[in-house]
Amino acid sequence: MSAALLSTFTVDGHLFGVEVTAVQEVIRYQPMTRVPLAPAALAGLINLRGQVITAVDLRRRLGFADRAAGELPTDVIVRTNDGLVSLLVDRIGEVVEVDDEAFEEPPETLQGVGRELIRGAYQLDHALLLRLDVQGAVELPPPAGGSGIVAATPM
Amino acid sequence: MEDLDEIIAEFLVESHENLDQLDSDLVALEQDPTSRQLLGAIFRTIHTIKGTTGFLEFGRLEALTHAGESLLSKLRDGELQLTPEVTGALLTMVDAIRSLLAAIEATGQESEADHSELIATLNRLQQPGADAAPAERRRRSPAAPAGPPVGEVIVEHGGATGDDVRLAVTAQDVGDPRPIGEILVSQGSTTTGEVSLALEVQAERRSVADGSIRVEVDRLDSLMRLMGELVLTRNQSVAHAAVAGDAALVRASARLNLITTELQEVVLRMRMQSIDNLWSKLPRVTRDLAAACGKSVRLELEGRETELDKTILEAVKDPLTHLVRNAVDHGIEPPQARLAAGKDEQGLLVLRAFHEGGQVNLQVRDDGAGIDPAVIAAKALEGGLVGEEELARMNEREIVNLIFLPGFSTAAAVTNVSGRGVGMDVVKSNLEKIGGAIDVGSVIGAGTTFHVKIPLTLAIIPALTVLCAGDRYAIPTVNLAQLVRLEGRQAQAGIERISGAPVYRLRGKLLPLIYLDRELEVAGPDGSRRDTVLIVVLEVEDRRFGLVVDGVLDTQEIVVKPLSSQLEHVPVYAGATILGDGSVALILDVLALAQRAHLAGTGREQARAAPGDAEPARPRTGPALLVASVGRDRQVAIPLERVTRLEEFPAGSVEHVGSRELVQYGEEILPLVRLGGDLGPRARAEDDALTVVVCSTGGRTVGLVVDAIVDIVEGGLPGRGAGADPLGTAVVRHRITELLDVEQAVREAGPRPYDPPTVPARGGP
Repeated sequence: MSAALLSTFTVDGHLFGVEVTAVQEVIRYQPMTRVPLAPAALAGLINLRGQVITAVDLRRRLGFADRAAGELPTDVIVRTNDGLVSLLVDRIGEVVEVDDEAFEEPPETLQGVGRELIRGAYQLDHALLLRLDVQGAVELPPPAGGSGIVAATPM
Repeated sequence: MEDLDEIIAEFLVESHENLDQLDSDLVALEQDPTSRQLLGAIFRTIHTIKGTTGFLEFGRLEALTHAGESLLSKLRDGELQLTPEVTGALLTMVDAIRSLLAAIEATGQESEADHSELIATLNRLQQPGADAAPAERRRRSPAAPAGPPVGEVIVEHGGATGDDVRLAVTAQDVGDPRPIGEILVSQGSTTTGEVSLALEVQAERRSVADGSIRVEVDRLDSLMRLMGELVLTRNQSVAHAAVAGDAALVRASARLNLITTELQEVVLRMRMQSIDNLWSKLPRVTRDLAAACGKSVRLELEGRETELDKTILEAVKDPLTHLVRNAVDHGIEPPQARLAAGKDEQGLLVLRAFHEGGQVNLQVRDDGAGIDPAVIAAKALEGGLVGEEELARMNEREIVNLIFLPGFSTAAAVTNVSGRGVGMDVVKSNLEKIGGAIDVGSVIGAGTTFHVKIPLTLAIIPALTVLCAGDRYAIPTVNLAQLVRLEGRQAQAGIERISGAPVYRLRGKLLPLIYLDRELEVAGPDGSRRDTVLIVVLEVEDRRFGLVVDGVLDTQEIVVKPLSSQLEHVPVYAGATILGDGSVALILDVLALAQRAHLAGTGREQARAAPGDAEPARPRTGPALLVASVGRDRQVAIPLERVTRLEEFPAGSVEHVGSRELVQYGEEILPLVRLGGDLGPRARAEDDALTVVVCSTGGRTVGLVVDAIVDIVEGGLPGRGAGADPLGTAVVRHRITELLDVEQAVREAGPRPYDPPTVPARGGP
C-alpha cells in the first residue's frame, strides 16, 4: 500500500489529478499560436522561456464542450516522453494525497476517449478525483485517421 | 595512472589525425615522388608516432614505425627512390598502425597481431648496409609533445650524436638546470649555431599545434544553443526598444544587435570545418579502389577550403564517399576501354566544392563511360519502378535520374565494391534528411556529374515573415525568389486560370499560385476577394510557384526550433521559431506545401505514382520540346523528335500554288504551314526571312513557319495537357504553351493537290 501525490485541476466540472512529479510548473494562460491542419485538441504553441511548447486543450482531448468565450484556461506544464507539453485546464486545484490502490472504476457518465485516458477514480470528501494518464493525453491521433474526439455533450 | 590514460587518449586522437594526413601525403607523393617537402612531412609524422609509442611502451607499434621510419629516412635523404612497391608497403604500414591503435583504443593494450612480415618487407626495401641510426634516438623525452625536443632536432640535423644528447639529458636528470642546448655546447658536442637553428625548427613545428585547441563538440553544441537563445533575446529587445522610444535604449540595442550578429557569425564559424577534413581521406580511397578494379584514376579536388557545419559535414560523408566509389567502380572504364575510346588511359575524377546562394554545392564528376539511359530505362521497367507509358514521356536526364529510385541497381555484375547494399536511393534520402538535394547529369562516352546541394547550417536561418489570416509564418529565404505586389484592377485581372488552377504571368512566364490561407484551411469567407494581392515567389527543387499571402513583414534571422511529435502528421511545417515579440511562429516547409497543393511536378515521395502524377524532384516527364513563338504572345511546343532541321528562308523564295505556300528545299518542294495563321490570332506579317521548323512524320516533311525559336525544354508536359487535342494547352516550365499535333499539321499541308486551303488567305504576298 502506497500513497501518491496528485496535482489536481478541473476540466468542465470534473476534478482531475496528475502525479505531482510529472508537473513542472503551472503558469497563467499564455497567448498561443494556432497550428492550422493540426489535430483539434492541439490548441497551439506557446513560448516557455525560449522553448516552443505544444499546448493540448484537455476539454477537447477528453471530449468535453469548449470553454465559453472569454474564459481563459490555465497552462499546466507537464513532463512527457516527448518533452514538455502544456495541458490547458479550467482551474488549478490543490495537491491531494491518495492511496495508490484505493481507486475505483471511472464513473459511467464519462464516456469515449475520456474514459480511456483515466487510470482510476478516487472518492474524495467533496468530489470524485479522476487520475489522468498524462502520456496518453498528450499523444494525439492524426487528424485524418478517424476522429479521436468524441462528440461532447453539453452539460 | 589516470595521467597516463589521458596521454594515451591524446596520443590516439593525434595519431589518427596524423594517419589520415599520411594517407593523402603518401598518395600525393606517388604523383610527385621527389617532393622533399612531402617526404619530410611523412617522415616527421611517422617519427612522432614512433617516439610516443616508445615512451608509452607499445613495443609492436614502435618496432613497426621504426622500420617505416628507417625506410622513409632513406627516401628523404635521396638514397632510395619511391616505387609503387614502396608506397604500397608504406600504406600497408599505415593500415597496420591503424589497427594497432584501434586495439589500444578498445583494450588499452596492443593486439597480438603479427607484423613481422611487414617489418621484414619494410626492411628489405631499404638498401642493404644502411643502418638504423634512428634507433639511437628512440629514448626521447616525453615533454613537449607538440614539438620535438631540441636534442632530437639537433641529432636530426647531424649537429650532435644521440649519445651526446643522452649524456646531456642524464645531466639534466641529475640536477643540471641548464637547457639541453647549453649543456651540449658546454660539452663541446655541438655549436651555438646548431642549437639556435634547432630552436627555430622546433618553434616552427610547435606553432602549428599551439595555434589551435581541441574543444569537445558538446561544448560547441551548447554554445550554439545559447547563441540561439541570445539571437532570440536580441530580436525581442530590439523590437521592444523600438516601441519604447528611449533613445539611449535604442542605441544600446542597436549595438547589441551588431555584436550579436558578429558573435553569431563567429560561433557558426567555430562549427565550420573545411570540406578537406572529409576529402583528405578520398585520395587513399580512390587509389585503393582504382587498384582493386585494375584502373588508374587521377583525383582532382577543387575548393578544398570550402567550409560547412560539422554536423552537415558528417552527414555528407557517407553519401559523398559512395559517389566517389561509384565513380571509380562504375563510372571510369578500365584502361583498355579508355584507350579504345581514344581517352587518356588514366581516368579523371574531379570533386568540386563551392558556396552559392547560402548553400554548399558539391560536384563529383568523372570522365568515364557515362550512364546509358537505355540501360537505366530497361532496368527501371524490369524492376517495375516506372510504367512504359511514363517512361516514353521522359527525357534522357529524367531517365538517368531514375537511379535514385528505391530498389534501383544497375551493377550488371555485382562487383566487390558496389555490392555493398547502399544504393543511390540511400544517398538521396540521406542528403534530403539534411535539407540537401542531388541530381545527376550524364553524357554517354564523356562522363557523369553528380550535383549535390546542401545547406550551410541548419540551426539559424534567414527567413521572411509573412502574414496569413492574422497569423505570422516564416519562410526560409533560401526558397525565396522575389515578391510581387498586385494592386487595384491588376489584383483581379492579373490572375488567370488554367484548368481551374490560378496562375500569374510573371515576365511572360506562368507562375502557378497557391493561396496560403486555403492551403492551411484558415481562409475567411471572402478570402479570395482582395484589393491587393501579395505573391511570394518561391523556388524549390527547380520549381517555381507563387504563394499568395495577406502581408509581408520582414526578413530576419530565426532560430529553428523542433516541433513536438504531435505535429509529425502535419508535414507543411519545417519547425517553429520565436519572433521578436516573444510569440511563436511556424516555419513553412515550402516543398511540402507545394506538394500538398498538388502543384505539377513537385512530388517527392511519389516515385511510383500513376503516369501523369507528379514525379519526384525532377522536371516533368515527357519528351523534349521545341518551343517557338507564333503570333502575339503565343507559343507552341513541337516534340523535338519530329523536328528535322531549323531553317531560314528569304520571304521572296516562297512560291504559291493556289492558296498553298511552297519553298524549294534541296531537291524537294517543302510545303509550308503558317502556324500563326492556324493557331494564332493573326498571321505573321511579311518579313525578310521566314523561320521554319522542318518536321517529318510518316514519310512526309513539312515546314512550320514560326516567329522565333524560343527554347528547347527538356521537361515534358503535365499529364492533363498531353492529350491528342492539337490545341491542348500545357504549362511547359510554367509557361502556357500550345502542344502542336505534328501529324495534323503535316496532313493539312499534305501533297494531295486539291485539298481545300487550310491557311487563311492573308498568308499571300
